[in-house]
Amino acid sequence: MSVLRERVTRVWLGLMVLTCVTTWGLSKDLFSPAVAVVGIFVIAAVKVRYVMLDFMELRDAPKRVRVAFEAWPFGVAAMILGFWFATGPIL
Amino acid sequence: MRVATVDRVKPRRLPGVDGVWVAIGADSVIFAILFGSFMQARQQDPTVFEASRHTLNMNLGGIDTLILLTSSWSVALAIQALKRGLVDRVPRYLLGGVLTGLMFMVSKSIEYFQKFAAGIRPATNDFYMWYFTLTGIHLLHVVFGTSLLTYLWINSRRGAYSSSNRVVPECVASYWHLVDLLWVVIFPLLYLQKAI
Repeated sequence: MSVLRERVTRVWLGLMVLTCVTTWGLSKDLFSPAVAVVGIFVIAAVKVRYVMLDFMELRDAPKRVRVAFEAWPFGVAAMILGFWFATGPIL
Repeated sequence: MRVATVDRVKPRRLPGVDGVWVAIGADSVIFAILFGSFMQARQQDPTVFEASRHTLNMNLGGIDTLILLTSSWSVALAIQALKRGLVDRVPRYLLGGVLTGLMFMVSKSIEYFQKFAAGIRPATNDFYMWYFTLTGIHLLHVVFGTSLLTYLWINSRRGAYSSSNRVVPECVASYWHLVDLLWVVIFPLLYLQKAI
């Protein structure tokens, strides 16, 4: 078992890169708040999905369980973004 | 001559026992409600939430995320090794999970110390009440998970687990990944969410 060839290693590397993109890229003032916040939460949902599928091994789970868990990150992201767009600007 | 072919379909299964997944699902729903409640509170006073957010250490929060992702990866490698019967590798991967769990605790302690030194308390305003509540509940999950990983690590050094005896490690690993994914949402929610 070579660690470098493991799928979980490739997923981990991808998650690390995405974390750097959101923390030290999208959060800067290079983007409008709407673009930054949508990007940050969509990426967070994608990261959670991969943690579920590959680290938690839900890729091989019974379909109904997999669908229920996969709905969580996107449902949570949609709720957060819904509230964000419904909130007025700061004074 | 007709040759019958049989599809080798991988059986679908949940790691560990079903009860752990019920607990993980329930915890996920509770956190989703907390996230919604936070957003509702933010809607009432976005100016205070935005000003308070700027006092958080974004770099430390980002490093915390990298630490927990690495921890989850290490524990996932331990389960992969266990499945393949490479039991001699399991303790080192679990130790990686324990040490990164401890690193997260140290990092959070530094962050809390900085907040208290600056006179910031949960009662300072609604944002800080939510900051201490969400990160505090999550930190309790980290402490509990690190304790469980330490227990697994000690047992694995004695050769207690194998490819046919891995239910307990799989349950703990699934819980530990939940701790990771919750932080993946808490971090942008508190630290990165800019205001309009």
